Amino acid sequence: MLRIKNLHASIGGKEILKGVNLLLNAGEIHAIMGPNGSGKSTLAAVLTGKPGYEVTEGEVLFNGKNLLTMSPEERSHEGLFLSFQYPVEIPGVSNVNFMKAALNEHRKHKGLEPLSASEFLKLMREKMALVEIDSRLTSRSVNEGFSGGEKKRNEIFQMAMLEPKLSILDETDSGLDIDALRIVANGVNLLKRPDTSTIVITHYQRLLNYIVPDVIHVLYNGKIVKTAGRELALELEEKGYDWLKTEESIINTGELKD
Amino acid sequence: MKHEFNDMQEINLVDYFVNLYLDNMDLICENVGDAMNIVRSEAIENFNINSIYNRENEKYKHIDIKKIFSDSYEKYFVPAALGISNEIFICDVSDLNSYKIFLKNGFYSKKNEKLTTLENGVIYGSLSEASIKYPEIFKKYYNKISDGENEGLVALNTAFAQDGVFIYVPQNVIIDKPIQITNILLGESSTMVQYRNLFIIEQNAQANILICNNTFSDSKFLTNCVSETFVAKDARLEVVRLQNEHNLSNHFSFSHAKQERGSVYTDNTVTLNGGVVCNNISALLAGEHCENHTFGLFLVDRSQYVANYTSINHASPHCKSNEHFKGILDDSATGIFKGKIHVSPHSDKTEAFQTNNNIMLSDASRMFTRPQLEIYADDVKCSHGVTVGRLDEDALFYMRSRGMEYRQAQLLQLFGFAYDVIGKISMELLRSSVADLVEKCLRGELSQCIGCTYQCKK
Repeated sequence: MLRIKNLHASIGGKEILKGVNLLLNAGEIHAIMGPNGSGKSTLAAVLTGKPGYEVTEGEVLFNGKNLLTMSPEERSHEGLFLSFQYPVEIPGVSNVNFMKAALNEHRKHKGLEPLSASEFLKLMREKMALVEIDSRLTSRSVNEGFSGGEKKRNEIFQMAMLEPKLSILDETDSGLDIDALRIVANGVNLLKRPDTSTIVITHYQRLLNYIVPDVIHVLYNGKIVKTAGRELALELEEKGYDWLKTEESIINTGELKD
Repeated sequence: MKHEFNDMQEINLVDYFVNLYLDNMDLICENVGDAMNIVRSEAIENFNINSIYNRENEKYKHIDIKKIFSDSYEKYFVPAALGISNEIFICDVSDLNSYKIFLKNGFYSKKNEKLTTLENGVIYGSLSEASIKYPEIFKKYYNKISDGENEGLVALNTAFAQDGVFIYVPQNVIIDKPIQITNILLGESSTMVQYRNLFIIEQNAQANILICNNTFSDSKFLTNCVSETFVAKDARLEVVRLQNEHNLSNHFSFSHAKQERGSVYTDNTVTLNGGVVCNNISALLAGEHCENHTFGLFLVDRSQYVANYTSINHASPHCKSNEHFKGILDDSATGIFKGKIHVSPHSDKTEAFQTNNNIMLSDASRMFTRPQLEIYADDVKCSHGVTVGRLDEDALFYMRSRGMEYRQAQLLQLFGFAYDVIGKISMELLRSSVADLVEKCLRGELSQCIGCTYQCKK
């Protein structure tokens, strides 16, 4: 599904990603953990094509296609979805119109006719139930005045509508109380199909109790310094990241320091 | 009668118009009521003193207004025979169920039946005809709130105006559908038109008025129009102006309103297209508990110029005013907003708010904005705010990451920005029609000849 090879990326001349390697197969859930400033959100931004980031080296293949040469909208059409850490407010644009425009672009890309108004509303109602989102939110402007929980739920709702092949959840747990976290995680799990994959970016192990990953990567200082099974999350929760930082410095310097 | 300027520099503009007036006085005063004629000589006197513009008010700092008024235009004092029937003109909002009025180059278009009286007593139609038929009303209202003493162009209009639209809504009448005025500009050669509107909404009455401005031939036009609106005690009036003239048109408008106690007046000016557009909108809140809403949206591109000058005058306590203008500017267009709020000394408990937001899509576009609050009362709530910015890049990326193309994301964001103003139009059908037009305009698909079956050159 996704193959990242030696990815280097910088913003404003400052190198953030310093050679990321990652292989994600269809059906897998990977978690990317790591301390603040390690490059987790930059990785998400580079994968989705956010302007301002410069890829200096490496390649990313998404279902065999070169992801990095695609525009953000093409990546979306190909089946990539990012649940934003900070969903953007768009005053004056209603959730309905926003979603209709997005969905019809996807359908156009697939060579399908736009959905009729009634088909669209039916689909929307169905998906809203899935993420337990209030129907009143649909007529309101995108994310404007939404609570933190509503914004994140709205992200998962959009994901449900667009049915991506690969979803990247960037700190979807931040700012959520336990109930909202459960609802969001539940939505993600319900949407999971054997042929779709998920990358969960998070600081904490908490979310991983609900969305259980197959593989956990630790990103530190722009590199993946450890890859292991789900048990790693518990170890991190207990020991923090410091022991990995030491390990990374060992890898970097190539020698032991007493 | 065509007057050519052989050498603009040498011929004084003011003298030209004064002479034009004197030469055509008889024609101008023909078929017009006394109330309109009696104020002309003072008006031309004022114009003679003030000229086209008052240098002190800095209004025309960014355009060469002298040049605009010096250009050669045909001026008609009897309606020109245009040889085209009314039926072919459909304005931009053609499917609206409304009472329709057409003005051709400022003259009421119907030859017979110049005034229509509805069963409920509502009167609408030709201003000149009404000025003859209803001298008492004209004596009371005509030229009472326009500011010819300080505005040269208002004085000029008062001297020359022969026709326009008259609307009278009697006490307690709630008019069942909007009155739609379509101002049509057309002609083989450059034409200047000066017309006048008088709207009177009596006590406890309610009305909606839609004014569409369209050009139907590719000649150059210069419009100088003045409207006076009286909203009596507890009356409600909403006026929507839809300006969609071509790039060779110059449009100067002065809309003055006076509100009595407890009245609600909403004014919404949507400028979709025009060469030079200069809107002057003023409201006098003369009684307590008035509510005034003044909204505006302008979309400008190429070398267009759109200016909105507003003046909200709180002359009584316990009144509320809310003003919001939004602009989208592209290419090398120029936008101007100057909003004045005046709160007179005894007008306590005033609430007056003003906002102006602008999006600049290009480096070469220019926006000049200036809030001007003069508050002489102590116990008031007043605020103003201005923003000039670009599109929100984060929002654009957000939309693109959901699959929308850049252009579409941009349009959706712009439309969202614009809808803030359009959404305030109370009539649903009109609101959606205007929304469609704005969307078309943003897409660059709006023609200035929509609905016109007359095959002109363009």
